[in-house]
Amino acid sequence: MSAPTHLAHGAPQGFIRKYVFSLDHKVIGIQYYFLGLFSVFIGMALSLLMRFHMVNPEAKVSWFASLWPTSAAGGMMTPELYLSLMTMHGTIMVFFVLTTVPQSGFGNYFLPIQIGAEDMAFPVLNMMSFWTTFLALVVMVSAFFVQGGAPLAGWTGYPPLSGVGRITGPGEGAGQTLWIVSIAIFCGASLMGAINFIATTVDLRCRGMRLMRMPLTCWTWLVTAILALLGFAVLLAAGLLLILDRTVGTSFFIPGGLLISDQIISNHKGGSPLLWQHLFWFFGHPEVYIAILPGMGVTSHLLATFSRKPVFGYKAMVYAILSIGFLGFLVWGHHMFMSGMNPYSAMAFSVLTMCIGVPSAIKTFNWIGTLWGGKIHFDTAMMFSLGFVSLFVTGGISGIFLGQPALDLYFHDTYFVVGHFHMIMGVAAIFGMFAGTFYWFPKMFGKMMNETLGKIHFYGTFIGVYCIFTPMHFVGLAGNPRRYSDFTNVEYLANLMPVHKFMTHAAYFTAAIQILFLINLFWSLWKGPKAPMNPWNSTSLEWTIPSPPPFDNFAGVHPVVNHGPYEFSVPGAPTDFIMQTDPPSVHSGD
Amino acid sequence: MGMAGSLTHDVIQGPPPPPVDGGWGGDNGGNSDGRGAFRRASFTGLWVLLAASTMLFAAFTSAMVVRRGLSDDWVSTPKPPILLVNTGILLASSIALEIARRALKSGGRAKFNGWWTAGTFLGVLFLGGQVLAWNQLNAEKVFIFTNPSSSFFYVLTVAHAFHLLGGVSALFYVDVQALRLSLGPAKRTAIDISAIFWHFLDGLWLYLMVLFYVWG
Repeated sequence: MSAPTHLAHGAPQGFIRKYVFSLDHKVIGIQYYFLGLFSVFIGMALSLLMRFHMVNPEAKVSWFASLWPTSAAGGMMTPELYLSLMTMHGTIMVFFVLTTVPQSGFGNYFLPIQIGAEDMAFPVLNMMSFWTTFLALVVMVSAFFVQGGAPLAGWTGYPPLSGVGRITGPGEGAGQTLWIVSIAIFCGASLMGAINFIATTVDLRCRGMRLMRMPLTCWTWLVTAILALLGFAVLLAAGLLLILDRTVGTSFFIPGGLLISDQIISNHKGGSPLLWQHLFWFFGHPEVYIAILPGMGVTSHLLATFSRKPVFGYKAMVYAILSIGFLGFLVWGHHMFMSGMNPYSAMAFSVLTMCIGVPSAIKTFNWIGTLWGGKIHFDTAMMFSLGFVSLFVTGGISGIFLGQPALDLYFHDTYFVVGHFHMIMGVAAIFGMFAGTFYWFPKMFGKMMNETLGKIHFYGTFIGVYCIFTPMHFVGLAGNPRRYSDFTNVEYLANLMPVHKFMTHAAYFTAAIQILFLINLFWSLWKGPKAPMNPWNSTSLEWTIPSPPPFDNFAGVHPVVNHGPYEFSVPGAPTDFIMQTDPPSVHSGD
Repeated sequence: MGMAGSLTHDVIQGPPPPPVDGGWGGDNGGNSDGRGAFRRASFTGLWVLLAASTMLFAAFTSAMVVRRGLSDDWVSTPKPPILLVNTGILLASSIALEIARRALKSGGRAKFNGWWTAGTFLGVLFLGGQVLAWNQLNAEKVFIFTNPSSSFFYVLTVAHAFHLLGGVSALFYVDVQALRLSLGPAKRTAIDISAIFWHFLDGLWLYLMVLFYVWG
């Protein structure tokens, strides 16, 4: 058999082509993974600084003063600095961690392999997509180092705060401009990635890989790519308009008659801040699913593998993924209940929001149905998947409260919201990434990770995140507003300080536990025991090839798929799993 | 079993199987070799790209409609007459590309080269015409920040022009390959993709013209 001719590129030669400007989807996936790993530690450090300041607002820390000579003069953090830490924490976490690792990292590495392709459809575009993301990260981080520092308008960048420049705050000059430019660049990168994911899934599946035989991971990567395609195009449009408002003096989002810091803003008139909110949340709500869907895919895949049972209701899962993706575009208004919108619009958005509960519940019940009666193997990867289900339920239920305008009236802009979205979008998605890491590390690097360290890391993280984010719901119920840097001067908030101290210490603890993960990751890379081809007795295609896989994945062989993705414990089969590529005779069904 | 090779068949049943002798790598050529998969993926990529561009312009349009309805400061932007000439040029370029494509299908290489070059040239001419239109507006003191209407005019035309730059580059790439006589079967995909993208930009421009004249 001759080598396949449709590879758009040959085997890479030399260090730069192999590891830096690589066209190989596996290298690009690893690049995305480490970009996300770098970003998550920046984001986590920022959150620790915020938590520290919240419980020690008067503290003078000498190295604050050396890091931020103006905004922390004398070592005491200003409220503006707190807001810039908050903005950069949210932005870096949402864009460069939650959007990047589950989709672009794991998706890039495993989508082509799981569908039996040699690479992504457009390898050059893939490489450009990564390096554009990298550029966006560089531009974003550089906002820390320009005059005035990082922006303080939050990850949602609401105008007019984000639109009129330096007068609204120290970071609102060059810092905010870099922020919005970085977001626009990131949109471009995401669009390139989405095109690749969709074309690859639709057209490069190997023989026998029908859509309904794809692992659920591939389904979630596909639907996430569609969401990213439609969402980031709209954010790009909004971002370009905001850049113009900031730089050339247009008035898309900036109303007239603004009085800021005793100055009348005279060069803008007639713009609508709500227009930005609509455009932003048309992207922003699907973004939640961009972050969480791949985690759902990994969880479904792992729950089946580690309980040695087929996914309960595979087709229902596929339709649930599709309807979550579809409904995700119809609910952006629930982020704007308090913007003065027509109560009838709010009701429509509320009803549609409740509708998302249906496919979400289908997924949750199917996960439990998958576990039910299974021979469950409690490996670390499985523990994180179970943790994902727990966090998804906890965070999802508070979403039902927030989705009702009457309740949101009270909860809006309190810590209840912060607790909610960190549970479901932040930590659940992170658990999906940890699950993926422990599950796929052997395939990616040919080494096994340490299970003992992994378990300690899991239990520490699981207990830690619940200790951080559960109390947030209660201080939110008590009326604690978000985005405030100092509660000590308000009597009813000062009473909540012991709870805040508890959350801060839980955050220190959880952050410290993450060092175990880093040690495990890098120690296993260096000294981990050699990984076999299929350490988990999994069924999907990546486990039919060596660990790590050869450059063209299947070494010139074209896989043929004869089985569905989750044929575990099939009666009469010689083993408790049937690989997707096993000959059809192994199993009479399908 | 659906119709083999149709879109629904591909989506529901998976792509058609490669030849039994072992797949994409065979020397039997034709549509069943590796280029078949790449060609299909290229078309999917194109449709997906067009969906993204459509979303971009839909977002601009909805912003324009909302912004226009919200305030009392909307002053209609004067439309330089050269826009109509540009529209004609752009339509002509699409027609030229289509004549070229048909010529190639019936084997008329020389005819293809001529018409494709003409289409590419007309594309560049359209971009030049747009620059003239912007200059004329500037001369009338209508700038991007003058009025929300002019803001949207510049945003939409410049965003369209950026798309067009990409399109012209693709046309130019095909043209260079054609004139160097290295237009093998693999390049047919490039021809089809760049031509369809160009027609899309054509349709997009007609849409923008209607938008400007009705609401701008």
